[in-house]
Amino acid sequence: MPTDVSAKPAPEEVPAPARADSGAGAATSEQAARRVPGEGAHNQEGGVPRAANGNAQGKQAAPAARSGPACDRDTAANKRVEHPRRPRVVLAVLLVLALAAMFAFMTLGAQGSWSFILPFRATKLAALLLVAYTVAVSTVLFQTVTNNRILTPAVMGFDSLFVLGQTLLFAVLGSQATLSIDPRLRFLADTVLLVVFAGLLYRWLFSGGERSLHLLVLVGIIFGVLFRSLANFVQRILDPNEFAVLSDTLFASFNSIDKTLLAISALIVALVTLAGARLFHTFDVLALGRATAINLGVAHRRVVTLVLILVSILVAVSTALVGPVLFFGLLVSALAHYLVGSHRHRHLLPAAVLLAVVLLVGGQVVLERVFAFNTALAIVIEFLGGVVFILMILKQSRAR
Amino acid sequence: MIVTHSVSKAYGRTLVVDNVSLTIPGGGLTSIIGPNGAGKSTLLSLMARLLPMNAGTVTVDGLDVTQTPDAQLAQRLSILRQDNHLSSRLTVHDLVSFGRYPYSKGRLTTEDKVYIERALAYLELEPLAGRFLDELSGGQRQRAFVAMVLCQDTDYVLLDEPLNNLDMKHARGMMKILHRATRELGKTVVLVLHDINFAAWYSDRIIAMREGKVWASGSVETIIQPEMLGQIYDMEISIHRIGTRPIALFYE
Repeated sequence: MPTDVSAKPAPEEVPAPARADSGAGAATSEQAARRVPGEGAHNQEGGVPRAANGNAQGKQAAPAARSGPACDRDTAANKRVEHPRRPRVVLAVLLVLALAAMFAFMTLGAQGSWSFILPFRATKLAALLLVAYTVAVSTVLFQTVTNNRILTPAVMGFDSLFVLGQTLLFAVLGSQATLSIDPRLRFLADTVLLVVFAGLLYRWLFSGGERSLHLLVLVGIIFGVLFRSLANFVQRILDPNEFAVLSDTLFASFNSIDKTLLAISALIVALVTLAGARLFHTFDVLALGRATAINLGVAHRRVVTLVLILVSILVAVSTALVGPVLFFGLLVSALAHYLVGSHRHRHLLPAAVLLAVVLLVGGQVVLERVFAFNTALAIVIEFLGGVVFILMILKQSRAR
Repeated sequence: MIVTHSVSKAYGRTLVVDNVSLTIPGGGLTSIIGPNGAGKSTLLSLMARLLPMNAGTVTVDGLDVTQTPDAQLAQRLSILRQDNHLSSRLTVHDLVSFGRYPYSKGRLTTEDKVYIERALAYLELEPLAGRFLDELSGGQRQRAFVAMVLCQDTDYVLLDEPLNNLDMKHARGMMKILHRATRELGKTVVLVLHDINFAAWYSDRIIAMREGKVWASGSVETIIQPEMLGQIYDMEISIHRIGTRPIALFYE
């Protein structure tokens, strides 16, 4: 009987009534269906372990016997089953936290007229929200298409590439000429450059086939260091005056956000989101890896290239707004995966965005209003993210 | 019908698949056997467009695999490779549900759910449906992946060493299920096998490869012969008969 071939009692799970001897004659087809196909061939050895297991499972077996196969299946699986409501609960909690953080950010410690404070803080909040969104979405999508949980666009040096682009522009054109260009145009030009270059580089790295994750981490970190060092190098040979102007435009932070770019950034992010929405159904499949994604009919090379382009644009936006943030994305994405416990991007992406908002806006409120620190948020977030990064590498190496 | 026409694939300068032209008719179970490095897995990957080929064409029912849209091909042909590393944490049910992606693009219909339940039942995975894959043994995980591929409901199912990680009992179970799928569901199953006795027992056709070439192909009777196997594997293999069926002995 073919149904019997791989149905065998597994010691931990099989309720006593389903425990028929493995001969096909003893098992009715219903019993066969209820049995748990397990691995260990050892449980065929004799009656003793089986009897012991039967006793141990006696209590669980009783309700199974009463309510039939469906319930039987539940008792076998319910210990580890994915909780269907968990992602929604997590999302709801995160939404409340994010709204609370935004509310606190707008209202806490206000001195002076509201008509000044509210618009002033609203611009800053909008920028923070944009950054949270771009960092979270770009990191989660990057990790999905590259099929890993450790690399992020920041670790791979995407944002250093953006800095390098800006620096080279200053070095080649000089600050006068560069600054006379509309900052939005400059931003667009730099974004296009970044997209082209990053697109080529990461397409070469990631779409050729499957490469070892360790190789990728190494290559990524080396590229990141290379771009950062190159940017540093060019900055060093710049005229000191030029450098002063450059660092003024370049080293934005969570506290001094470049507001000229806010509107165009929002527009770009909206467009990217629209484009991403059309690919949304492929994300869950892409996370299964290249071979499986192709098998399931995803045009892997094309889709991965598209996603990497979208990711590059998002990274350009966030880097233009607040400068490079190395580990923030990693922190957010790792926490999102951990909290949501689901592979579905319709849960993962919102969770990551909300987490980023909570960390960024909430962190800003706590540090500014509660501890009266001004510049520490980036450091705190980078520290936490760095710790998560190290933990993930350790976990990965232990898993092997 | 899968037709490869002068297919070649090289890694650097080494030719792994060398000008292979063969025809795998629809229906039945076809095994590809051969020593390590004969190009079996590569050929399978080329047929399923997982690797780009250097020369030649592969058609599946007349559709060129490199030209046909992936989504369309995914409803005709499915492939499962040996090592399926997942970075996301999935339950067995989630994984099998992905088999319906080519049809429903992630929004499962009631019809899809019927297919999912059927595939789970076919591989006797119902009791494990809610378990996460990383909590399963290698063999159970293997079955979950095969269930996904069957859930995809393609006419052609290509499997690269599906018996890897399986003990004797589960290996036999897997072969029976695949054989049954060719008979009951009318699938065309093509698989790479290392165990020539499994190939001899369950196959309708055997393709023997060596050094990137198809050395011989045909019915079990024509391939499972001492001289033939001796040439392919470069070792002495004797054939005995159990009833009428050939069994190869190569342990001494």
